[in-house]
Amino acid sequence: MGLEEKLPSGVLLTTVENVAGYFRKASFWPATFGLACCAIEMMTTGAPKYDLGRFGMEVFRASPRQADLMIVAGRVSQKMAPVLRQIYDQMPDPKWVLAMGVCASSGGMFNNYAIVQGVDHVVPVDMYLPGCPPRPEMLIDAILKLHDQVQHAKLGVNRDAQVIENENDALTALPTSDMRGLLR
Amino acid sequence: MNSPQDPYAQSADTTTGKVFTVTGQDWDSIVQGVAEEAEERIVVNMGPQHPSTHGVLRLILELEGETVTEARCGIGYLHTGIEKNMEFRTWVQGVTFCTRMDYLSPFYNEATYTLGVERLLDIEDDIPEKATVMRVLLMELNRISSHLVAIATGGMEIGALTVMTIGFRERELVLDLFELITGLRMNHAFIRPGGVAQDMPPGALDEIRDFIALMKKRLPEYADLCNANPIFKARLVDVGQLDLAGCLALGISGPPLRSTGYPWDLRKTQPYCGYEDYDFEVVTWDTPDAYGRFRIRLAEMWESLKIVEQCADRLADLEGAPVMIADKKIAWPSQLALGSDGMGNSLDHIRHIMGESMEALIHHFKLVTEGFRVPAGQAYVPVESPRGELGAHVVSDGGTRPFRAHFRDPSFTNLQATSVMSEGGMVADVIVAIASIDPVMGGVDR
Amino acid sequence: MSPKEPQEFDEVTEGTEDDATAIMPENTLPADPEQLEPEVIDVRKGMFGVHGSGDTSGYGGIVRPVAMPGGSPRPYGGWFDDVADALGGALSSAGITSGVEKVVVHRGEITFFIRRADLLETVRTLRNDPALRFEFCSGVSGVHYPSDEGRELHAVYHLLSMTHNRRIRLEVTCPDSDPHIPSVVAVYPTSDWHERETYDFFGIIFDGHPSLTRIQMPDDWPGHPQRKDYPLGGIPVEYKGATIPPPDQRRSYN
Ligand code: SF4
Repeated sequence: MGLEEKLPSGVLLTTVENVAGYFRKASFWPATFGLACCAIEMMTTGAPKYDLGRFGMEVFRASPRQADLMIVAGRVSQKMAPVLRQIYDQMPDPKWVLAMGVCASSGGMFNNYAIVQGVDHVVPVDMYLPGCPPRPEMLIDAILKLHDQVQHAKLGVNRDAQVIENENDALTALPTSDMRGLLR
Repeated sequence: MNSPQDPYAQSADTTTGKVFTVTGQDWDSIVQGVAEEAEERIVVNMGPQHPSTHGVLRLILELEGETVTEARCGIGYLHTGIEKNMEFRTWVQGVTFCTRMDYLSPFYNEATYTLGVERLLDIEDDIPEKATVMRVLLMELNRISSHLVAIATGGMEIGALTVMTIGFRERELVLDLFELITGLRMNHAFIRPGGVAQDMPPGALDEIRDFIALMKKRLPEYADLCNANPIFKARLVDVGQLDLAGCLALGISGPPLRSTGYPWDLRKTQPYCGYEDYDFEVVTWDTPDAYGRFRIRLAEMWESLKIVEQCADRLADLEGAPVMIADKKIAWPSQLALGSDGMGNSLDHIRHIMGESMEALIHHFKLVTEGFRVPAGQAYVPVESPRGELGAHVVSDGGTRPFRAHFRDPSFTNLQATSVMSEGGMVADVIVAIASIDPVMGGVDR
Repeated sequence: MSPKEPQEFDEVTEGTEDDATAIMPENTLPADPEQLEPEVIDVRKGMFGVHGSGDTSGYGGIVRPVAMPGGSPRPYGGWFDDVADALGGALSSAGITSGVEKVVVHRGEITFFIRRADLLETVRTLRNDPALRFEFCSGVSGVHYPSDEGRELHAVYHLLSMTHNRRIRLEVTCPDSDPHIPSVVAVYPTSDWHERETYDFFGIIFDGHPSLTRIQMPDDWPGHPQRKDYPLGGIPVEYKGATIPPPDQRRSYN
């Protein structure tokens, strides 16, 4: 990206990380990716009563090139999937994806030929938000949790270390098929 | 524009000519490219992901300068296979699916499907009065919320953001009522074959009366803000013209049809749910353009308020009346009670089926897992949704699940008017024309 | 198309009292036997939709015919007769004598089964004749009856006469081996997208349609997804070690 790539790990880099994270999270610019019912709730979240403006993100970017957060709000059909990927590719790094609603997260109640069973088949997802549709409060909660993730995102060499760590965590995690027993 | 990081921003030669991908700040290269090719024709693809196309609608426009010479729609980007999914669920569960089709008017989807199933069951006359009044109440509230979104998003798409914010502000009021009555803000699955899922909660009528009073103060704000607003009128008047003959040929119903001055409203002409007993007017307008449709929507909200008021009066007299058909072979056993979280299972019912009566338990189990059988045949009971004639063609083979449920959605049909309404106009007017149809892509693609 | 031969069943289990698949009395009035028989479209076996999973319920032996309402004898009642008379008269003066295969009155709705060769002339008459004036078409809906041999695919049109405030239904059938039905776009332009949709989902080819292409599915999609022989296409869902098959592969009541 820039200077931070060259910085050695240490106090300086962590400070830069903190500052960068702080600014990034405080000026998230979501791209509009309204698809279905969830999109209406997403618009509601930006409207007066819930007012996303309180978190500096009431401006939904029409162009993916000016956005760093994609809120996939709704069901992604097989026909829409390539379009979705193209828009994701057009967004500049760093970028985040929030799968809003069960349809975007897992296909939801539409387990059929037409719907992609979870948008994570197409793009990497940073935050899953359940609900059909999730209430605006839930969307705000998900966004705030994502803010937290962004604030603590690493840069440069620390980022590389984090990637390896995440990979290892994923490899050693208990597969869901082994999590037997009653619903927990 | 051929940056290596960006595989999309480039030009490519195809069999039909050179294709540019426009990514911003590169209009010059297009103009230059077109000049080099000595071609006048520019085909612009708009959508399916575009902030002004009212959802995931794709428009393919052929331009000559700023004038649209041809406009075609590409749809299907939200095709969900709901109709097919419904074939694998019981008749009652079907409501949960169809409510998600046209997500701005869920109660209408539920109502047309439910009315069709009830006709096949031949129980149309046995539906309790209170259930019917509640259906009308919810549908008319829904008409208000749907028209508010139509006006709000229509405003947003032409840059009138205040219209958008106030539209959503009022919609919240309606949604609060929905949440109070059905427990959900959207996608309610509340109207079911045989009646409605639950009785009115305590205090709902007062809330509705407060809402009516508040709306009567708020609705004039829209008129003040928009009706004579010169910018608004400049964008809307004479845009998206479609006369009566065009409407009938293209099967257009709803506000676009009524804006030609023809008072066709199924609530009046082919009443269902007892609409003949309510006092309201069919709103028409004499200019079949985007402005006329806007005024119709605005006026229809007033009429809906009138109906809601009458429903509230009737419900006041129906305190404690049943809301589900008496036939226990059809009535879904959802005797819910008020729990600590606001809603929950009826402890009495659970005690009855678990502790007292084996037969009741068997019956409950059969009805929930197997569902009821619907006599073979087909039915089509259309209702007047905010967008026009919405009907479900319900086919049964005598089984416990729909054999086929096809929805004739007004958004789907009305969207066909795009080319007629926008060809010969400006590019910017395409947006206005489409917004005046108010298609909901969930209904278009299902 | 010749009416179907009555189907032979090895063994038919009597339906119970509240069993709606029992042949409905209103459809069994004796008259022209071929036309008034309930149309048997399928045979339902057992109680459950998915077979071969070791049915221990004891209901596996149930065999019942699935019958759609049969044709109705005259009089149909109310304005139905007026429409039928006007249509019959107008068609025969146009030289079509057997355009209407049968008429079904069921649950207060009237359905005209039209021979597909005469569809275009029939809808034109329905729209233009002053006594009929069905100027509004609510679109086409496809239905697939996989076991109804020779008439697998049905196209259903709902017509509305705003002048007379009447609503009728037309039904046209075609065999799966020859899925052609004339397009009505020339008469009702609104059918354009509806026919494309029906083609997309059922594979019915509407002859004479200006551009019969897929509309909902991607252009390169294989098959016609809403036909009965097309699987629902769901994937098994796993949760905490348990796996649930998609709805069409689960054992469920039919
Ligand atoms: S999760 Fe529910 S509300 Fe959201 S798009 Fe899917 S069906 Fe609609």
